[in-house]
Amino acid sequence: MPQVSLTVNGTHHTVEVENRTLLVELLRETLGLTGTHVGCDTSQCGACVVHLDGASVKSCTMLAVQAEGAKVTTIEGLAAADGTLHPMQEMFREHHALQCGFCTPGMVMSAVDLVQSHPEGLSEHQIREGLEGNLCRCTGYHNIVKAIAAAWPLMHGKALPVAAE
Amino acid sequence: MYDFAYQKPSNVADAVAALGADPEAKAVAGGMTLIPVLKQRLNRPSVVVDLAKTGLAGITAGAGSITIGAMTTHAAVAHSADVQRVIPALAALAGLIGDEQVRHRGTIGGSLANNDPAADYPAAALALGATITTTKRAIKADDFFQGMFTTALEPDELITKVEFPAATKANYQKFRNPASRYAIVGVFVAQTAAGVRVAVTGAGQGGVFRHTAMEAALSKNFSADAIADVVTPADDLNGDIHASSEYRAHLIGVMARRAVAAAA
Amino acid sequence: MGFEGIGAAVRRKEDLRFLSGRGHYTDDINRPGQLYASIRRADRPHARIKGIDTAAAKASPGVAAVFTGADMAADNIGGLPCGWQIHNKDGSPMAEPPHPVLAVDKVRHVGDPVAVVIAATRQQAKDAAEALVIDYEDLPSIAGLRDAIAPGAPLVHDEVAGNLCYDWHIGDKALVDAAFARATKVVKLDLENNRLIPNAMEPRAALGDFDSMSGDYTLFTTSQNPHVIRLLMGAFVLHIPENHLRVVAPDVGGGFGSKIYHYAEEAIVTWAAGKLKRPVKWTADRSESFMSDAHGRDHVSTAEMALDADGHFLALRVSTLANMGAYLSTFAPCVPTYLYATLLAGVYKTPAIYVEVKAVFTNSVPVDAYRGAGRPEATYLLERLVDVIARETGIDRVELRRRNFIANDAFPYQTPVALQYDSGDYTATLNAALKVADYAGFAQRRAAAAARGKLRGIGVSTYLEACGIAPSAVVGSLGARAGLYECANIRVHPTGSVTVFTGSHSHGQGHETTFAQLVHSQLGVAMDQIEIVHGDTDKIPFGMGTYGSRSLAVGGSAMVKAMDKVIAKGRKIAAHLMEAAVDDVEFKDGKFTVAGTDKSRALAEISLAAYVPHNYPIEELEPGLEETAFYDPKNFTYPGGCHIAEVEIDPETGVTTVINFTAVDDVGRVINPMIVEGQVQGGVAQGIGQALLEAAIYDKSGQLLSGSMMDYTMPRADNLPNITVGTESTLCTHNPLGVKGCGEVGAIGSPPAIMNAVVDALADYGVRHIEMPATAPKLWSIIQAGRPRLAAE
Repeated sequence: MPQVSLTVNGTHHTVEVENRTLLVELLRETLGLTGTHVGCDTSQCGACVVHLDGASVKSCTMLAVQAEGAKVTTIEGLAAADGTLHPMQEMFREHHALQCGFCTPGMVMSAVDLVQSHPEGLSEHQIREGLEGNLCRCTGYHNIVKAIAAAWPLMHGKALPVAAE
Repeated sequence: MYDFAYQKPSNVADAVAALGADPEAKAVAGGMTLIPVLKQRLNRPSVVVDLAKTGLAGITAGAGSITIGAMTTHAAVAHSADVQRVIPALAALAGLIGDEQVRHRGTIGGSLANNDPAADYPAAALALGATITTTKRAIKADDFFQGMFTTALEPDELITKVEFPAATKANYQKFRNPASRYAIVGVFVAQTAAGVRVAVTGAGQGGVFRHTAMEAALSKNFSADAIADVVTPADDLNGDIHASSEYRAHLIGVMARRAVAAAA
Repeated sequence: MGFEGIGAAVRRKEDLRFLSGRGHYTDDINRPGQLYASIRRADRPHARIKGIDTAAAKASPGVAAVFTGADMAADNIGGLPCGWQIHNKDGSPMAEPPHPVLAVDKVRHVGDPVAVVIAATRQQAKDAAEALVIDYEDLPSIAGLRDAIAPGAPLVHDEVAGNLCYDWHIGDKALVDAAFARATKVVKLDLENNRLIPNAMEPRAALGDFDSMSGDYTLFTTSQNPHVIRLLMGAFVLHIPENHLRVVAPDVGGGFGSKIYHYAEEAIVTWAAGKLKRPVKWTADRSESFMSDAHGRDHVSTAEMALDADGHFLALRVSTLANMGAYLSTFAPCVPTYLYATLLAGVYKTPAIYVEVKAVFTNSVPVDAYRGAGRPEATYLLERLVDVIARETGIDRVELRRRNFIANDAFPYQTPVALQYDSGDYTATLNAALKVADYAGFAQRRAAAAARGKLRGIGVSTYLEACGIAPSAVVGSLGARAGLYECANIRVHPTGSVTVFTGSHSHGQGHETTFAQLVHSQLGVAMDQIEIVHGDTDKIPFGMGTYGSRSLAVGGSAMVKAMDKVIAKGRKIAAHLMEAAVDDVEFKDGKFTVAGTDKSRALAEISLAAYVPHNYPIEELEPGLEETAFYDPKNFTYPGGCHIAEVEIDPETGVTTVINFTAVDDVGRVINPMIVEGQVQGGVAQGIGQALLEAAIYDKSGQLLSGSMMDYTMPRADNLPNITVGTESTLCTHNPLGVKGCGEVGAIGSPPAIMNAVVDALADYGVRHIEMPATAPKLWSIIQAGRPRLAAE
């Protein structure tokens, strides 16, 4: 059986998979990291988003073997080792940006990447467009947008520039 | 999906050899189209040949052109300072493909080789008069696209890079399918040394095509007004639950005018 | 720590696990030796099954078993039951054709389950399911409502003539006819309510387990009401007594109605686990959900209002066709009757109303309750009709509404369609919404938009809904085959911490927080010492589950009753300990005190005494401090309010952008305003989805054209505006908390607000009504058709 070696949340794993095994299946079923979810089969909902070598990707649209040698971060690996929540997790809680919680792991992982990749600032419009790859059926996104805007200053250590929309 | 063998060659020659050795082999670049198709069991390759280690990623700015390696991701193109400087419309187009997570994996080579009739890159390639270099030859964009999901590529031929001539003015306007977010109509307008070109994706039954009537009008007068009265026949356009062929024909006009007005 | 009681925006207790990836959803659960089920479904809308060749599938690698409808029939497995029985106009019961778990002789919709393959891995099960060879004889089929009732239409069930499930009515026809006869004006509107696919983000899943030593079955399932599933599946399908059947609904990733019903897959995995003596898991692919989860809405109606010269509503006449799909889902028959027709008075004092509803079988996925269930259909019909009346009478649409509102002093108000409203103030919510939305300043914004080449419109919807379902005796008389009370058990532990066992299931509503706030308020126990347990039939005495915005109004009231009993017992214990008369013992802020003295005992002291009864009134009182209550509501609750949408249409493309959305709702007492806002925003998002984006589209034969998220438009962040939420509450008069409910108001009030705004934006284009969803190509066609007329003017 094919093998794949990868680092997930800082821990190195070498595991057997089928070639057809998806990265999300490896995470959920082989490694038991069930925080990463599967909400669709057409690469649209984003419940499966993880970070692959620092960039957000849809783990349902990737073969596990394609992740050979990669560093993967899942929602379980986002908080600090002592359990301190990442500012994005903290702001999602503060702003009630989750209800059923199913889309939340992917939403948070996408949001972290979105904020990290926009050190120059983020307008509400950019946040809404930046969430194109994540579906939420509960919140209407209103509070998710608020939470991301609130996380930006915490992640960049400065005030969010006033958007020139 | 059905199971398959998997190879990850470390150079282009080995990848070509792997594809040539088995008619049922499939190359995977970013996998943003192939993997969903495999998940739906719509395709059953014997071998999947992963191009990730073939060293084909990278962007180079030349004198009056941009060359993009086949395995360069949409995100890399969208965020490239070189592309933003030389052909800003191309960077903007790359930033409109799929979503950020798809753009982190999907590649220009994969998109062009697949030639999805609703994909964005074919419009840029055709409008800018790109040259597509493969493991065998250099192919002009005009000769490359040969109808829906069909290209000039042979089964064991891989795109290695794509060269886009710079434009004096260019812009891409996309009207998205509200559900899939693919293009219902995408119009790329480019004014280059070779003249004005208007390429339309998403709408044509045969995939991406040039809008020669608009090109003629814009060659005389590069302004939105110049194409205000150019009628696009609906006959050869797609119609589906999201947009009739008549609506697509109308949108081509709207998107083209907006592209011309916004072209920089 | 600040104030955390009733009315505080307490941050949610459940969030930590969801944000850390430690949620515990059904598909996250695995059992030793687990097998995987894959279901082969009909790929055609209507066909006779001539044969199923299972040989290749059985020989496929990893396969443990292949079962068909015949195998289930041989085991005497029953069909899926329907929970409501509606009666026809003539008093005869509705047509109730069998709903086999796996198709037996025919398939009746695309997605109808035909056979199940159980194998060692998910992929092996799918490989083998594909290897099944099914020999079909295709039959003529229909999916559209009007097609299905046309003479000579193909029959979905051979025994159901005309595909008619029932022909039902409510109201006084003679009174209505008389009112129409003397009306100054009659305004008529034909309209449809588009079919929707719920698409909770968590696909349905079910995991069956069987202990051959004890004979106990366990089902983990994505359900909004595990006790109901245990009851229906145990009693009617698999014939397993309650003591041998445990149903667990762990964390559930959204429901919106679609996870109320008892589905075939739950019975399949439970039964198969027993057959194979191995756990069996099934998880839907999203594309599978599209054809196996109950859809929502799908009405075709004609509405007519009789008016006097001043625009007063004299009488309303409505005739509706409602799609049931191919089989009756659990709640289906009650949705277009008691959750729809009874709501057609709305907030208006229309004195006479008559409604006829024909429920129709078609070759499509069963249709059942989806967020709002019947009430969005009623509200859309009424609020669109009111706007058309305003246009055609020339009376301002806000003034027309005010003129017909039920007055504040008219409560309790008896409608002509059975319901009795207990409280409300429709003027207050309207006024507040008009102010927040700056309705007065709209003309200026419209002019500014016009200068930019955009068409701007504003739409108002003043709605009412009935929720907190429902008094058992009432619904029983209307055809419900169950009671609709709720149960709560309050366990005060020896040290004074509290566990609440509730029959209300939480799948996004935040019960673990809101319910804890109730306990904190009433018993004075700290929030972190309160645990809410739900979703497990082995832990909770009983429960009817979560739907119809009933958790707080019914489930919360049950908790209040149980806590009352805890306090009553505590007072007796406290009286003993403090050597006082029980009547002199008061309970407040977590302390029992003796009136007029400084004697006091904390709840924790009382609970300790109850479990360590050394000094205890043991002669008259049992040890322990744990109480159970069942609460059966006295009436529905009646939230209402006003939603205002402002939209802008790009006339070149037909694209609509929602610029602002304002919702001011009367949801009764607010326990946690943060959660209420979130519930309303989520509901509004689904309402905007219905109005502008979402449509389940079948071709005439019954093939689902919008069968995946590639073709069914789910609202995304960039489709939606900020949603401003306010509350202007009157209290419910008949439950102890004064709460009404907030889960569905967003989805009920918003679609007509959006559509009224869209029609308003296109007012100059000669358009009277537009069907939902108002997609870009649809509006573009209207704009195209409207142009020549304008040009000629």
